[in-house]
Amino acid sequence: MREQLPRLYWTARTLVGDDAEDAVQDCMVKAFERFDQLNDLAAGAAWLRSILVNCCRDRLRAKARQPGEVEFEEAERFSLYRKIAYEDPFPYSDSLHLDFLQEFGREDVHAVLRRLPELYRIPLVLVYMDGFLAKETAAILQVPLGTVLARLHRGRKLFEKQMWDYAQENGLLKEASR
Amino acid sequence: MITCSDAVKQLWEYLDATVGQGEREAMEEHLSLCRRCCGELEFAVELRRLLAASGRSDIPDDVMRRLNQALKELD
Repeated sequence: MREQLPRLYWTARTLVGDDAEDAVQDCMVKAFERFDQLNDLAAGAAWLRSILVNCCRDRLRAKARQPGEVEFEEAERFSLYRKIAYEDPFPYSDSLHLDFLQEFGREDVHAVLRRLPELYRIPLVLVYMDGFLAKETAAILQVPLGTVLARLHRGRKLFEKQMWDYAQENGLLKEASR
Repeated sequence: MITCSDAVKQLWEYLDATVGQGEREAMEEHLSLCRRCCGELEFAVELRRLLAASGRSDIPDDVMRRLNQALKELD
């Protein structure tokens, strides 16, 4: 478990922010209690991730918070690529879209992810940050593959919309105007 | 041929290799002819790279120390 700690911590950090360390500790306790349920040691990483996700969900529920929830219909029509091209936030740039992305540090990306409802945030983190396949994510979350694919689709759209809103609200575009 | 709107909707699924063979071929045919959608594709690749890079980091020393201590207590 020791070698998994950094990845568990950063997954938790993205899901529950400052509660990450406590969530990992909850996960460690539960993993020790349930160790006899792990039949295949090779599946340990996914098994631990599954426990961690549930611990994070418990913490999110306890806080009963869904900040920045956006209307999905609006997000579904949103294209970050087109928005950047249309708004042209860096008029002197030859690489407008890359310049936009370069304004986002690790903490900014985590902050944007934390704006998403957990339903969409968790699969996005597992697939695009932790590198699990969609079918592995379905097993971790104990939902059908089609459900994961649908949540990934919605999650990506919401993430793009929230990236733009976050950049505007936090001066990333203004600061970079040069 | 699929429209730009259809292509953009499926870009990430295409990159994730979760589309079927027919959809993959339709996407590749569209991309071979549409410069704007190629731009959307390149942007999606960079956005995925940003997400992946944001998930990898060393754990802060003090956090690692405390978690290791908690692990020892559980052992």
